Amino acid sequence: MEKDYSSIERVRVSKVKIKIEKLYKIFGPKAKEMTQEVKNGVNKDELLAKYNHVLGLDNINLDIEEQTIQVVMGLSGSGKSTLIRHINRLIEPTEGVVLVDNQDVTKLDKNELLDFRRTRTGMVFQRFGLFPHQNIIDNVQLGLSIKGVEKAESNETAMFWIDKVGLNGFEYKFPNQLSGGMQQRVGLARALANDPDILLMDEAFSALDPLIRSDMQDQLLELQKNLKKTIMFITHDLDEALKLGDQIAILNGGKLVQNGKPEEILLNPADDYVTKFVQDVNRAKVLKVKSIMISNSQGTEGPKVNMNDSIESCLPTILDTRSTLGVVDDQNNIVGSISDKEVASILRNN
Amino acid sequence: MVEFFSTFPEMSKAGLRLFKKTVDGAYRNFSREYGDAIEAVFDPVLYFLVWFEKVLQNSPWPLVILVFLLLIYFGSRSIYLTIGSFVAFILIGYFGMWEDTMSTVSIIGVCTFISIGLGIPIGILMSGSDRARSMVSPVLDIMQTMPSFVYLIPVVMLLGIGKVPGLLAVVIYAIPPIIRLTDLGIREVDKEVLEAADAFGANKRQKLFRVQLPLALPTIFAGINQTIMMALAMVVIASMIGVKGLGQPVLKAIANQYFTMGLLNGLAIVALAIIFDRVSQSYGKRLQQHRAGSRE
Ligand SMILES: Nc1ncnc2c1ncn2[C@@H]1O[C@H](COP(=O)(O)OP(=O)(O)OP(=O)(O)O)[C@@H](O)[C@H]1O
Ligand SMILES: [Mg+2]
Repeated sequence: MEKDYSSIERVRVSKVKIKIEKLYKIFGPKAKEMTQEVKNGVNKDELLAKYNHVLGLDNINLDIEEQTIQVVMGLSGSGKSTLIRHINRLIEPTEGVVLVDNQDVTKLDKNELLDFRRTRTGMVFQRFGLFPHQNIIDNVQLGLSIKGVEKAESNETAMFWIDKVGLNGFEYKFPNQLSGGMQQRVGLARALANDPDILLMDEAFSALDPLIRSDMQDQLLELQKNLKKTIMFITHDLDEALKLGDQIAILNGGKLVQNGKPEEILLNPADDYVTKFVQDVNRAKVLKVKSIMISNSQGTEGPKVNMNDSIESCLPTILDTRSTLGVVDDQNNIVGSISDKEVASILRNN
Repeated sequence: MVEFFSTFPEMSKAGLRLFKKTVDGAYRNFSREYGDAIEAVFDPVLYFLVWFEKVLQNSPWPLVILVFLLLIYFGSRSIYLTIGSFVAFILIGYFGMWEDTMSTVSIIGVCTFISIGLGIPIGILMSGSDRARSMVSPVLDIMQTMPSFVYLIPVVMLLGIGKVPGLLAVVIYAIPPIIRLTDLGIREVDKEVLEAADAFGANKRQKLFRVQLPLALPTIFAGINQTIMMALAMVVIASMIGVKGLGQPVLKAIANQYFTMGLLNGLAIVALAIIFDRVSQSYGKRLQQHRAGSRE
C-alpha cells in the first residue's frame, strides 16, 4: 500500500485568506485607458517609452492560504511594494479585485477602509516608520489609540508585546535611542499589538545587518508558530525567502512569473529570470530529503534519515554507506528511500 | 516709427489722472461706507491689546521683570541669558523707557498671537492642497515684497490712525514666515511615518494632530521666531500711524536730530529682539531633541 506523505503533512484544511484576481496597476494620468494596451501585450518598457505611463502590476492572480507565509520576490522596481500596498489599499488598483475573506477590499468606502486597516491588517516597514516624537510604548500602541482603545488597556497590551519581542526596559526610550534591529522589533510589536489576522511586511528586515537579520527571521518564525497569522513578506533576498516562505511568488516587470513552494521554485524554475534568481543557492542546504526521495514503503536495511532533514545534513551518512537509505517521517514510519544517485543529480544541477 | 521706440507709448496725462481719481474715489466711498463696520470687527482685538498694555504698565515693575525672567529662564534654560535680560530691563527702566517698552512688548505679543492663530491654520490648509498653495503663495510674496508704507495707505484710509491699523500693518508684514514654515514643516514630514499612520487606519484629523503637527513643530517654531523678529522690525514704521511704543521716540529723534534719544530707544529694540530671538530659538531646539534619529 502506498502512503501519500503529503496528506500526513497537511492536517488542517487549507482556506484561501487573500485572493488577488486580475489585478492591474498603472501609474499615470490615463491609467484606465492604458490597461487595454497592457492587455493587448504592451510590456513595461514599451508602455513607458510609448505612452509615458509606468506599469506597476500586470494581471496579478494570487491566492494566499490562511496562516501561511507568502513571500514575494523580485528585482528592484518589479512591483513588490505596489502589490503589498494593494492588500490594505494604500494604493488604489487601476483594475481588478482583492478579496480578503471573500470581501472585496477595493469596494470598501472611506470609513469601512479605515476600519479594515484598524482591525484586519498590520504593516511593518523597511525603514521602520516609527514615530520619532513618541516613546516606544506609545509607538507600540499606535493602532490601539487610533481605534480609541482605553489607555489602561492599550498600555497593558503594548507592554505584553514589548515583552514578547524582548524589549523590556526600553518602554520609555525614544526610537532614535535604539539600534536598527531593536527599532524593527518595535515595528513588529506595533503591528502585532493590533492583533490583525494579516501581517504585511515590506522588506521588513532589509535594513538590518546579516546577524540581526537572521535573528529577526528566527523570531518571526517562532512567533508565527503560535500566532498563525497570514503573512505577506516582501524580500529580494533568496535565502530569506527560502527560510521564511511557505510559498514564494516571483515578480518581474509587474508580472507574476512563478508562485510555488520553495523546492518547486528551486527544482523547476519557470523561466530564465527565475533561474537566475536561484542559481547561486546551495540546494543541498535548502532542499529537504522529502523533495527528492523516491516514495515507497518497503523500507531498506541500514541507517534511516528523516524526511524533513536537509539533504546536506544526511550527506555524510550517504557517502559513508554508499547505498540506498530509508526515509522516515516524524513518527518513524517508512515513507521512501534516497540514494547517492538522487543526491548527485541535485548537486550537479547547482 | 523712430518715435515709437524712443519714447514709451504712455497713457494720456488726463486719462491717468482720471484713473487714479476713480480708484481713490471708489476706495474712499468704500471706506466711508464700511470703515466703521470693519473697525468694529477689530474691537475685541483692540480691547485685548489695551488691557494687556495696561497690565504690563500698571503692575509693579519688579513683578513684571520677575515674570519676564521666569519666562525667559524656562524658555531658554540659560542662566546667562536670564542675567543679561535682567541687566537690560534695569537699564531700560533707568533710562526712562519702561512704559514705551511695555507698549512695544504688548503689541508684539498680540501680533504674534494673531499671526500664530491665523498663520498656522492657513499653513495647514496650504500643505493639504496644491491649489490652496498656488493661491496663497503669490499673496505671501506680495505681502513680503510690497514696501510697507504702500499698504499703510489703504489701511489708514480705511481705519484711520491708531492702534488697530498699526496692528494690522504689523500682522500683514509679519505673518508670511509662519504660514510658509507651517506649510513646509508639514510637507517635510517623513513619508514612511505618514504611511505608517495610514496603514494603521488613522483618519485625516488623527494624522494632522498625531503626526504632521508634532513633527512639523520645530519648523513651525522657526517660523514663529521669524514672525516675532519681523514684528519688531515693523515697530518703528507702525509708530508712524499712531502705535505707541519704542518706535515713537525713534521717529521724534529722527525729526529733531536727537542722536542719543534715537540710539537709546534703538538699543532697547535691539535688546528686546535678542531676548525674543534667543528664547524662541532655544525653545524650538529643545522641541527637536527626539527628531535626530528619525531619518537614518
Ligand atoms: N507613485 C508612483 N508613481 C509612478 N510610478 C510609481 C509609483 N510608485 C511606484 N512606481 C513605479 O512602479 C514600479 C514598481 O515599484 P515598486 O515600488 O512596487 O517596486 P519594488 O519591487 O517594491 O522595488 P524595490 O525593491 O526598489 O522596493 C517601479 O517602476 C516604480 O518606479
Ligand atoms: Mg519596494
